Amino acid sequence: MLGRLTVDALPFYSWVAMGGAAVTVGGGVAVFLLITYLRAWKVLWTDWLTSVDHKKIGIMYVVLSLVMLVRGFVDALMMRAQQAVSLNSEGYLPPEHFEQIFSSHGTIMIFFVAMPFLTGLINIVVPQQIGARDVAFPFLNSVSLWLTASGAGLVLISLVVGKFSQAGWTGYPPYSGIEYSPGVGVDYWLWALITSGVGSTLAGINFIVTIFKNRCPGMTFMRMPMFTWTALCASILIAFAFPGLTVVAGQLALDRTLGFHFFTNGDGGNMMMFANLLWIWGHPEVYILILPAFGIFSEVVATFSRKRLFGYTSLVYATACIALLSFTVWLHHFFTMGSSSNVNAVFGIATMIIAVPTGVKIFDWLFTMYRGRIEFHPAMVFTIGFMVTFVIGGVTGVLLALPPADYLMHNSTFLVAHFHNMLIPGALFGYFAGMNYWFPKAFGFKLDVKWGIRSFWFWFIGFYLAFMPLYVLGFLGMSRRMEHYADPTWQPYLVVAALGALCVLCGIACIAIQLYVSAKNWGSARDITGDPWNGRTLEWATSSPPAPYNFAVLPQVGDIDAFHEMKIRGTAYQVPERYEDIVMPKNSALGPVLGVLAFVLGFAMIWYIWWLAALCLVLSLVCVGIRSFDDETDVILPAAEVARTEKARLAQITPDDLHDMRDFLPVGPASGEILPGRA
Amino acid sequence: MNHSAERSVTTYLTGFVLAVILTAIPFTLVWGGFLSGMAVYAVIAVAAILQVLVHLVFFLHLDLKSTPAENLFFLGFAAVLIFIMVGGSLWIMTDLHHRMM
Repeated sequence: MLGRLTVDALPFYSWVAMGGAAVTVGGGVAVFLLITYLRAWKVLWTDWLTSVDHKKIGIMYVVLSLVMLVRGFVDALMMRAQQAVSLNSEGYLPPEHFEQIFSSHGTIMIFFVAMPFLTGLINIVVPQQIGARDVAFPFLNSVSLWLTASGAGLVLISLVVGKFSQAGWTGYPPYSGIEYSPGVGVDYWLWALITSGVGSTLAGINFIVTIFKNRCPGMTFMRMPMFTWTALCASILIAFAFPGLTVVAGQLALDRTLGFHFFTNGDGGNMMMFANLLWIWGHPEVYILILPAFGIFSEVVATFSRKRLFGYTSLVYATACIALLSFTVWLHHFFTMGSSSNVNAVFGIATMIIAVPTGVKIFDWLFTMYRGRIEFHPAMVFTIGFMVTFVIGGVTGVLLALPPADYLMHNSTFLVAHFHNMLIPGALFGYFAGMNYWFPKAFGFKLDVKWGIRSFWFWFIGFYLAFMPLYVLGFLGMSRRMEHYADPTWQPYLVVAALGALCVLCGIACIAIQLYVSAKNWGSARDITGDPWNGRTLEWATSSPPAPYNFAVLPQVGDIDAFHEMKIRGTAYQVPERYEDIVMPKNSALGPVLGVLAFVLGFAMIWYIWWLAALCLVLSLVCVGIRSFDDETDVILPAAEVARTEKARLAQITPDDLHDMRDFLPVGPASGEILPGRA
Repeated sequence: MNHSAERSVTTYLTGFVLAVILTAIPFTLVWGGFLSGMAVYAVIAVAAILQVLVHLVFFLHLDLKSTPAENLFFLGFAAVLIFIMVGGSLWIMTDLHHRMM
């Protein structure tokens, strides 16, 4: 009846497992009680959980990501604490726990922090940047969110019922096969990946179609804001790379559950193929995470340098080049697998080449800042911190691209330091910059600057303290994922790294305080115009928070920095001649329902509860059927109501709120009279 | 039935017949044992690629004139990526095979 789920699955076998379970359950109960105390269940359900509005879906993605960031960071803190004390001793974590913790840390940070964060930001911003009222498929958007959330739910519940994978976040067979990992851990990992992977694929397709089909009049491809460009390229990467992950996870699941032999030791299996397929997804994934962050840096650097983005065209081509090249380098993740030197050389050279367009971008941002009037807003500070730190990671990456060097550094903490050096500044700092930059757009008030700057410094210094020692340890020969060690010269470095992790903890605390302080003082930091930073792109033309339809009248675009141009010409904030009825998608409960079904389906597959899995599959198909026979998925917003909303908004804006655009007027011979006396 | 609907039925039927033939060829070869070794793989691969093209042209009505350029661009991009992924995997795995067997 319950498959292999028995009472032994409950975490009463060790204090670490019980602690994890207690925190997870306690957190869930606390949230439940808080919502009940605030009597917010109805509002939560009707306005948020069932919403198909891209802005609300985006906010929910970011909330999911921040919650999972805390969980993933606790894992990191525990690992650093263990390694700081486990010289010639067991430390405080038994090996099976340590293995689960490094596996879940990687899985969570990639799939449930970075992916939802970037998907959330794209959701909030891209439709507004291209002058659209919504994404192309609003309901699909809600399904994507809930599939991602159900994957995150599976990772969370693995702390309470059963164990998580001990095979690392990459889960290489044959160790992750049923023979060597007979428990449910790897299955939790697989089903979390499969459910959230399907969600990500759908989100990627949704954004591609949105950017291709929903751009407002006049917005040609070469007038799209840089963030939209990077979102487009990242979405294309998602659509092409994620099916690879789904297939390889499906194959491993078949191996484990139905006794197939794709990746087993015997019977014709080939575990090298797993590494190959995993990294065919895995390397594009790196750029899926980083490209949108590059887009954010581009927007932020232009806005806070008060200059047009330098080399827009070269940035677009660099982004496209990276997108293509990211599919040609995957073997560098397994140089040591035994390929011949020819194969290794080709992929090594391709890896070095991909650093070129990335370098182009760095120079474009530097030249944008050159002679700009830089404003040190937290978003800008994160951007500068990124540029300095990311270059170090890039250099170590080019070093690792040399197969002979990689043979020495492979699987050492040097590698760990390298990819954290790419992803923390390259991706996470970008998302934090984006959060500070677009928060007023999403919520209507600005984030506190003081705590934002503090969070930056803690993250920045914490990053260097935590990962520079790991570079050194890599040279000293320390392997990654060591539960304990015998070399006393390593310990000082590991203690420093642990201090770095504590510093990052302060950084996360600062973000929490920043959110709290900002929410408390929201009235004094309101964004009345919808354009708090004197922004350049179309998302700043809407109100903050935007009306459900974003734009009452679709804008007409004639330049790259469309909204900036409108402000200079004085055509922004104008009352249009007439408003029209607007067709909006209706909220749907099917999104969360499908998410819950996917969660239960995954849980049933993990524990071999076949009848429940079949039931969930049938019910999901029924949901799809119900949706496809629903002919009334839209609701019409009458023109009168749109007019009322817009009038109320424009009435609030006084001339004092508007930015002084005189500084930006074209000067010199092109606009004024030609000066006399010159030949 | 108007003219265009007639034409589209003809198109679908042509596509279907071609697809059946392209499916039958590999099956016949393998079951009948007419070819062996690399030749079988080569024929199967060619038949599979031709079948993809048949689907695109006859079922999805793709052609060089009426299909928007951006859709063709995407298809070309997909083709390049599939070539990189499949070709790269074949290269990597055969190379490994030769070295490790």
